Amino acid sequence: MDLQDSAQDITERTAEIVSRNAQLEGPLLPILHDVHHAFGCVPDAAIQPIADGLNLSRAEVHGVVSFYHDFRKSPAGRHTLKLCRAEACQSVGGDRLAEDVMQALGINWHETTPDGRITLEPVYCLGLCSCAPAAMMDDTLHGRLDAASVKDIVAEASR
Amino acid sequence: MSLIKETDYGTPTSRSQETVTLTVDGFDVTVPAGTSVMRASMEAGIQIPKLCATDMVDAFGSCRLCLVEIEGRRGTPASCTTPVEDGMVVRTQTGRLKDLRRGVMELYISDHPLDCLTCAANGDCELQDMAGAVGLRDVRYGYEGAGHVTARQNGEDNPRYMPKDETNPYFTYDPSKCIVCSRCVRACEEVQGTFALTIEGRGFESRVSPGMSESFLASECVSCGACVQACPTATLQEKSVIEIGQPEHSVVTTCAYCGVGCSFKAEMRGDELVRMVPYKDGKANAGHSCVKGRFAYGYASHRDRILNPMIRDSIDQPWREVSWDEALGFAASRLRGIQEAHGKEAIGVITSSRCTNEETFLVQKLARAVFGNNNTDTCARVCHSPTGYGLGQTFGTSAGTQDFESVERADVVVVIGANPTDGHPVFGSRLKKRLRQGARLIVIDPRRIDLVKSPHIAAAHHLALRPGTNVAVVTALAHVIVTEGLHDETFIRERCDWEEFQDYAEFVADPAHSPEAVEALTGVPAAEMRAAARLYAQGGNGAIYYGLGVTEHSQGSTTVIGIANLAMLTGNIGRPGVGVNPLRGQNNVQGSCDMGSFPHELPGYRHVKNADVRAIYEATWGVEISPEPGLRIPNMLDAAVDGTFRGLYVQGEDILQSDPDTKHVSAGLAAMDCVIVHDLFLNETANYAHVFLPGSTFLEKDGTFTNAERRINRVRKVMAPRNGYADWEVTQLLANAMGANWNYTHPREIMAEIAATTPSFANVTYKLLEEMGSVQWPCNDANPEGAPVMHVDGFVRGRGRFIRTDYVATDERAGPRFPLLLTTGRILSQYNVGAQTRRTDNVVWHSEDVLEINPHDAELRGVKDGDWVKLASRSGETSLRARITDRVSPGVVYTTFHHPGTQANVITTDYSDWATNCPEYKVTAVQVSRSNGPTDWQEEYERLSARSRRIEAAE
Repeated sequence: MDLQDSAQDITERTAEIVSRNAQLEGPLLPILHDVHHAFGCVPDAAIQPIADGLNLSRAEVHGVVSFYHDFRKSPAGRHTLKLCRAEACQSVGGDRLAEDVMQALGINWHETTPDGRITLEPVYCLGLCSCAPAAMMDDTLHGRLDAASVKDIVAEASR
Repeated sequence: MSLIKETDYGTPTSRSQETVTLTVDGFDVTVPAGTSVMRASMEAGIQIPKLCATDMVDAFGSCRLCLVEIEGRRGTPASCTTPVEDGMVVRTQTGRLKDLRRGVMELYISDHPLDCLTCAANGDCELQDMAGAVGLRDVRYGYEGAGHVTARQNGEDNPRYMPKDETNPYFTYDPSKCIVCSRCVRACEEVQGTFALTIEGRGFESRVSPGMSESFLASECVSCGACVQACPTATLQEKSVIEIGQPEHSVVTTCAYCGVGCSFKAEMRGDELVRMVPYKDGKANAGHSCVKGRFAYGYASHRDRILNPMIRDSIDQPWREVSWDEALGFAASRLRGIQEAHGKEAIGVITSSRCTNEETFLVQKLARAVFGNNNTDTCARVCHSPTGYGLGQTFGTSAGTQDFESVERADVVVVIGANPTDGHPVFGSRLKKRLRQGARLIVIDPRRIDLVKSPHIAAAHHLALRPGTNVAVVTALAHVIVTEGLHDETFIRERCDWEEFQDYAEFVADPAHSPEAVEALTGVPAAEMRAAARLYAQGGNGAIYYGLGVTEHSQGSTTVIGIANLAMLTGNIGRPGVGVNPLRGQNNVQGSCDMGSFPHELPGYRHVKNADVRAIYEATWGVEISPEPGLRIPNMLDAAVDGTFRGLYVQGEDILQSDPDTKHVSAGLAAMDCVIVHDLFLNETANYAHVFLPGSTFLEKDGTFTNAERRINRVRKVMAPRNGYADWEVTQLLANAMGANWNYTHPREIMAEIAATTPSFANVTYKLLEEMGSVQWPCNDANPEGAPVMHVDGFVRGRGRFIRTDYVATDERAGPRFPLLLTTGRILSQYNVGAQTRRTDNVVWHSEDVLEINPHDAELRGVKDGDWVKLASRSGETSLRARITDRVSPGVVYTTFHHPGTQANVITTDYSDWATNCPEYKVTAVQVSRSNGPTDWQEEYERLSARSRRIEAAE
């Protein structure tokens, strides 16, 4: 993905995504997913063409985009690690694990490592409470984690 | 007098015919099916606590305060989202409910500032009221936790805190006081239809966001005030309330801007106006407003307003402030002197569409009874005179056929040459609401107006015709309807003259009028025209709304006739949801026409040549009335240039700026011996005046305005006239100075005279208006409560009349020297010549007139966005900045005429409607070229107006 997408390029590619999905019932979310996939985020410049294409206001599209934390404003690193911070994981040392991971990566929540490799995000329940503490690396779930296993997962992802 | 508190029923009324009976706290209440439990309870007089519900918008069910218990149901449903059922037993106050509500309020208050005493909404805050209603005594959660209230919390910057947004000139947005009830967002969507607001984020991070987290001014917000009205706290608050404090009494009156005629509560503290609040019982607006009526009243106390009479011997002298007696004596002796020297026809009046019916009646009476001639005309000459003529000829009345509410039953709406979202915004919102419910829209306009496409609205067909080809398009639509057999023969046979129909059908069926034949001329694809005609004829209730884009043409009257023909052809007349509706420009343009302002008509559209009509007034006024029609405005100016017309009394109209071909107007005015301007400000016409009589605002007088739906609305005095006299009193003083003996002590006496002499107003009295709120004429023994829809059982003139509509191209044509066509229009924030709105903060939205030009035409001329360009026509030239947009087609340019610095009417020509002389503002052949700044003419005019506005220092 090219980080230097020009506003005009975003507009054109978004308009193309909109027209491809416009006939769907409830097309806004599928369009946002496609836009997110194309640019790694939902850039501000994509809002107007979506609004124009669906005959919505910019405010309405903005309201939907900002409702979902997973629609990013700017692209994440190459991989995203989501650590669960909900009650079940907390009860078996989730907080401690999170601290260890942050220390190991040298970043805080929502941040990306300086080499652009990993972005760390909190998540509130992955539905994997029986295997707490849990995490998700990109699209893969991992359970019964400790600092060492997280390190392995990260190392694997970086290869 | 006290503050009018309107009942908030919480949810909108249900239109169901079925009724349901339920019990609320032991009381039986019967309501229409579909009503919410909350509303039913309020109907029974029991107010259930609520925060997110208000009856202007649909129920939302987010605040969890309006919970009730319903026998046989589990839990505590929200009363706003629960519809009533027969036999339902509702309890609104139980131990469980009390605990729940108090708990909810504790949560709200734990994230809300406790600055009630210094808060602008103190005394008008629903959050405060609800805290009281639920008996909140303690907030167990404390205030130390995360919150949105303070900029710094626990010694650190609070990332959740957002500072106040004060960018809108009229209201502030203070996010720290927001309870995120979404009422503002829903009002913007459901009532106004702009969709400028949203809730961004979610959960505790939810915030109201204009646009995409922008300021209100930078967003799409049109400042209609619906969100401010809906806000239950001080989050959205009028700046005037912040500055002054809460009002203590209010008076219901009528807005003095456009022809929609919205009802407002003028909320006062003493004689200071605190705010204007739209009135829910107002039939024209049903509780909605626009930026002009809601906020732009500051001109009434602007420093430019002139409060003392002034005179001068000649227009190169400075003004001299004098007493009323001296000014009126000076005016009277000059007018009488002119009549002695040049005959009684040498003077005349121009009545105002901005003043009340009563005032207009007196001004035309001044001409007819005191001057002894029929030299009276009004600004309707330059806007809707073709409507009067066209609808009078075809239907028999010179007015729209419906009330505004009718649009809620329309299935296909045709908007021709009108821009309701800018020109008639409150009606525009009502129309958009109907379109969102599924009505189809056809727009016939050279420019892509907002209705063609804006959030949740899209026109089925936009016929972007070339300016000046209205008749060809309307006739082509009729061609399709007749040749494809889509006309309603039963209706035509029953209601219209069959012979005339056959003649008309033969005329339109001529292949020369087919869409294919006129495509090259009009620029509209034939297939679009055919599809539009089929939709209008077959889509259910078809309603036509039109504006000045129809009338202000050399064939304005013909187009009006063509529109009437379309409605008769398809049977779209005489019931709710259909009709032909002119959107009137000014607050009382309908009324000023009704009141006999035209030189050939006495009040009620009765020709002066009819001796029986003259006899009525001769008996009442004790004078002889001339049977000869007087001069129209353009004729007055022509006669002035010729030297035969030498004196003019102009009430509340700025003919120099608003009338076409400014140079001709100024030459006419300059040639007169006595020009009396009666106005709030030294307007452009006053540059050529000898007498200036200060006027009063709509806040300072009693009277009535008649809006575009023929609705007679009361205007009520809320403060004493700052200039000393209401306008009707000034006219009376002038008449008496000229020897009349008028003794009106209140406008109700003038209305009594109007009712006694005008059949369509026969039953109108101030008492009736007090009882009914408003009434739509005709109001007489046949229609004692007025007539929302006209021509119900037959046309007023008997049988509807079809008239042939031959297209004759205007003489104003684009050619090699002037290859572009200029058309003119309005913008939302400014009104007409801008005399009022330019003197308010509305200038933040539109501080100068700009020229819209298509990118293709701009590129050919090397014009970039924001460049100064010179706009030249055969009549003159001016310069202004260019805005490059594809709203206008190639070959067409567009501007507004709100600012005297631009004087767009220097460009417009003196071509006019064949029947009524309504000027052809909408088509002028022009050339556009780059320029460095204002033209010589603009600079010379600037100097002249500065010179002629000098006022001599008092001794």
